[in-house]
Amino acid sequence: MVDFGGWDMPVEYSGLVAEHLAVRRSVGLFDVSHMGEIEIAGPQALDLVELATSNRAANLQDGQAQYSGLLNERGGFIDDLLVHRFSDERFFLCVNAGNQEADFEQIQSLNQSPGADAQFVSDRYAQIAIQGPKGLATLQKLTDTPLGDIRYYWFTEGKVSGAPAIIARTGYTGEHGFEIYVAPDEAERLWSELLRAGAEYDILPCGLGCRNTLRLEAAMALHGHEISEDITPLEAGLGWIVKPNKGDFVGRDALLKQKQDGVPRKLVGFEMRGRGIARDGYHVMKGDEQIGFVTSGSPAPFLDKNIGMALLQIDAAKSGGMIDIQVRTRGVEAEIVPLPFYSRKKD
Amino acid sequence: MYPKDYRYTKEHEWVRVAGDVATIGITSHAQDQLGDVVFVELPAANAKLHAGQTFGTVESVKAVSDIYSPISGDVVEINEALIDAPEKINEDPHGDGWLVRAKMANKAELDSLMSAEDYEQYIAAETES
Repeated sequence: MVDFGGWDMPVEYSGLVAEHLAVRRSVGLFDVSHMGEIEIAGPQALDLVELATSNRAANLQDGQAQYSGLLNERGGFIDDLLVHRFSDERFFLCVNAGNQEADFEQIQSLNQSPGADAQFVSDRYAQIAIQGPKGLATLQKLTDTPLGDIRYYWFTEGKVSGAPAIIARTGYTGEHGFEIYVAPDEAERLWSELLRAGAEYDILPCGLGCRNTLRLEAAMALHGHEISEDITPLEAGLGWIVKPNKGDFVGRDALLKQKQDGVPRKLVGFEMRGRGIARDGYHVMKGDEQIGFVTSGSPAPFLDKNIGMALLQIDAAKSGGMIDIQVRTRGVEAEIVPLPFYSRKKD
Repeated sequence: MYPKDYRYTKEHEWVRVAGDVATIGITSHAQDQLGDVVFVELPAANAKLHAGQTFGTVESVKAVSDIYSPISGDVVEINEALIDAPEKINEDPHGDGWLVRAKMANKAELDSLMSAEDYEQYIAAETES
């Protein structure tokens, strides 16, 4: 068990590699109840969401979700989040456990309108992620909601084994799958029932360890690593969640200026060519000069390579370029490669 | 589980002595905590070991672990098989998963290491805390 944002969470259950491969090949089950939830409701709810986040929430239809950024004035990430739209008067935000208080504080401080009400509702929800190619078949056994009709990054309300649930086709693994939000007192029962439902697919309970390696193979950002208060979406290759034309939002001016001036550094993916494993925080060198640092590095269990992401000075961040990762006392050669490392086959 | 004729360190290495040659590895408890070992970095075949100092690393998917030498001496052999098959450390930590062999400089250093019984008590206490 490790402490993760105040939660005791297992790094692995049966073993990181087996859990990782179960999600890629069949199905894995994650208890992600640590994730935070914030609801924004009222006639001005959309305006508050637009002001607080960088993506364009007005583009969402009812029942649709989007990835977005909750930024500071410098354009850095207070947090990254999923914005779910029930209606233009009701939004449901899923945020990181470690940032949820800061997120809520920021939203409250931006809310000058009596027409929008933000509620911190993390205590009302447990969250379970069912991820992998057999995720749909597993969850379908416990619900009448036709899961095949829910498109990627859409959600619906339904029942899972009798318990009211928000059922979202989202995830943090690079696979298809679902994330369900349920009342905490139903979570343990549903966890057991999902394990039984997935038994014929050799479902495995999955810990934080493979959650990290799965998202790394899929090149999804982790707050505190690829993104932080000091790293902007433009630097992190997340320009697609920045919509300056939508109107004002926190961080907009800083990002417009950075766009005009050009980003000083950029996130890249790399594969180790020499013998060694890159780890978070290792320095990236070109000759004797440090040109950046590793944001996440690990062996990739499915790809069977040693991979990582690094934030590099812009002139060094060219695909195909060779860099040295400082592994303890020696430099180990790595090649800059396009992201993501892994994409699931289109179905 | 822990061979009686081995000695153990608080950093979870073991040492087995034959004449003046010591074979060194990591304990079953250590490999279990690390998980699937995917990478091993060992010293050069003629390197010097110093008791209490690191001489290599063992890495799993999730973690990097420094290996501390239980004794001082000169490396006479490294376990080359681990380069391509680091999983031997998980499969047979007290046997085929050995890391290095060294000619000991001072056999008296063994006296400060733990017996199997002491080590089992040590990890039981560590697991509880």
